[in-house]
Amino acid sequence: MGALENIIIILYLALVGYLGFLGYKKTKNATDYLIAGRDTHPFVMALSYGATFISTAAIVGFGGVAAWLGNSLLWLTFFNIFIGIFIAFVVLGNPTRKMGYRLNAHTFPEFLGKRYDSKFIQLFGAFIILLFMPLYATGVLIGGTQFIALYYSVDYHVALLVFSVIITAYVIAGGLKGVMYTDALQGTIMFFAMGVLIVVVFNALGGVNEAFMKLEKVWSATVSDPLLHVSLKELKPGSPDFMMKLSMMWGFEGWNKMPQFFSQGWLFVITTITFGVGIGVLAQPQLIVRFMTVSSKRELNRAVLIGGVFILFMTGVIFIVGALSNAWYYEFNEGKNALQSAGAIGKVIPHFINTAMPKWFSFIFLFALISAAMSTLSSQFHTMGTAVGRDFFEQITTKKYNSTVITRVGIVVMIIFSVSLAYAFEKQPAIIARSTSIFFALCAAIFLPSFIGGLFWKGASKIGAIASMIVGFIVSSFWLLFVHFTEAKQLGFCKLLFGQDSILSGKIIFVDALMIALPLSILTFILVSWLSKKPDEQHLYKCFQS
Amino acid sequence: MGSFDFGVNLAFWLMILSTVLCVAYGWLNWNKDGEKQIDGSVANWAKEEDAIEEEL
Repeated sequence: MGALENIIIILYLALVGYLGFLGYKKTKNATDYLIAGRDTHPFVMALSYGATFISTAAIVGFGGVAAWLGNSLLWLTFFNIFIGIFIAFVVLGNPTRKMGYRLNAHTFPEFLGKRYDSKFIQLFGAFIILLFMPLYATGVLIGGTQFIALYYSVDYHVALLVFSVIITAYVIAGGLKGVMYTDALQGTIMFFAMGVLIVVVFNALGGVNEAFMKLEKVWSATVSDPLLHVSLKELKPGSPDFMMKLSMMWGFEGWNKMPQFFSQGWLFVITTITFGVGIGVLAQPQLIVRFMTVSSKRELNRAVLIGGVFILFMTGVIFIVGALSNAWYYEFNEGKNALQSAGAIGKVIPHFINTAMPKWFSFIFLFALISAAMSTLSSQFHTMGTAVGRDFFEQITTKKYNSTVITRVGIVVMIIFSVSLAYAFEKQPAIIARSTSIFFALCAAIFLPSFIGGLFWKGASKIGAIASMIVGFIVSSFWLLFVHFTEAKQLGFCKLLFGQDSILSGKIIFVDALMIALPLSILTFILVSWLSKKPDEQHLYKCFQS
Repeated sequence: MGSFDFGVNLAFWLMILSTVLCVAYGWLNWNKDGEKQIDGSVANWAKEEDAIEEEL
């Protein structure tokens, strides 16, 4: 590593430290610490939202999936921008901000708890966060640490310790202000890296149209022609050719084509990837809380512009680059496709960056990946800390405590827990590798009906919300544990109890948990709210001011 | 995009159009809805909270 690289690393750490310190200096009370004082700048808010949403897994993991399954993943980018930014900010953002202000809510579970006047809902929300978010955070932590260890050739455990100490310092000191300021810096680095990446890739492949056209030829030469008469059994499970043959059997016919309608591949791309992540984002506690950090709708309006462009540059770029890496490898690596060159889905993006990009860019991209991991992790740690302190501890005790101190203790506890998991599971067991999709599916099924219903429907009742959350939790857990083809197989409970990977068979096992659990959760919410006691008028006035 | 099939083409252009929608919405509403006061009865919540902190 050269002197210049060392200087840049020191500068970056100094900037992160300074922004954490700035957050600390500007934190005067619990509202500052928990929801950044409700006066965040739209640029900071939008980049913080985007950088929290986009983790290393989204860049490396989904980029690798795009190299495998192609541009059909652009449906997810469309959902990320239209649902995750436009609908989230324009439709949900301002009502959440106003209601959060009226109810003086500081966290997402507290928001739901106060909207439905239910301590149980707040505690249940905290329980879900504390049960599943540590796994999600551990997945991100392991991913980020592995990159640092690989790039700097240091021991994984040392890298993990240093990485977590840095994040811990600014999260504990600066609270949500510190988290959001550093998120904005990290988001800017990610944006710049992705911008350079797409320009370099299109340039290397002869322009936009030419680049995409090449994918047709590469598919024929490396996938459809050589693998047409080869059976899956002849190939080594998990090998690049095995994965490509599997994609053919799932209905994929090229990197520029959608899989056959209603095939296994279509169900996977549309229900698990597009709907699972694209809709699941609306119910992420660490993202929803950001709507409560701005002072007026004007900030949200401005954040729509910034957030939309940011997400296009994140998932849009990495999915296109993932797919196009096949064309690059074919031209510059002895006629191989991306999986054949890199060896595995998860290795495509790092391998591509190291092989295809100039050295200086590899360094910048590493920063982007570390930034993506840090921005997601810091928000997760903060959300888990508030769940421990504000939503759990303060609810079960009658004595008054200082919220900031309690939350700080909560953050420390949850960081120690997540880092311990990351120490124990260096090789990422299946449950951690799948933790992002598990968390997204669960959050959508559990929180989404109560959250959106609570914002717009005065008839939404406490019992309706509780019933919907419990149904969402049970159905999505059941589907993940016993039906869905990836989670059920990797978690292994179904095999243990019934001797098979899934209790169902056929295409239904490719349908994401969200597609089953969310409609049931919505139905329960509406029916039980209709049948149960109407909410108190005075409480409704407090929530809606009308 | 000539080499995309209908489904991928649709996703690609919807992705571009949704970004344009975000940019246009943000641009047109850049200075709108700037009023911060929501309701007089809850305007002093931060002061109340500070008082609780002090009491503690």
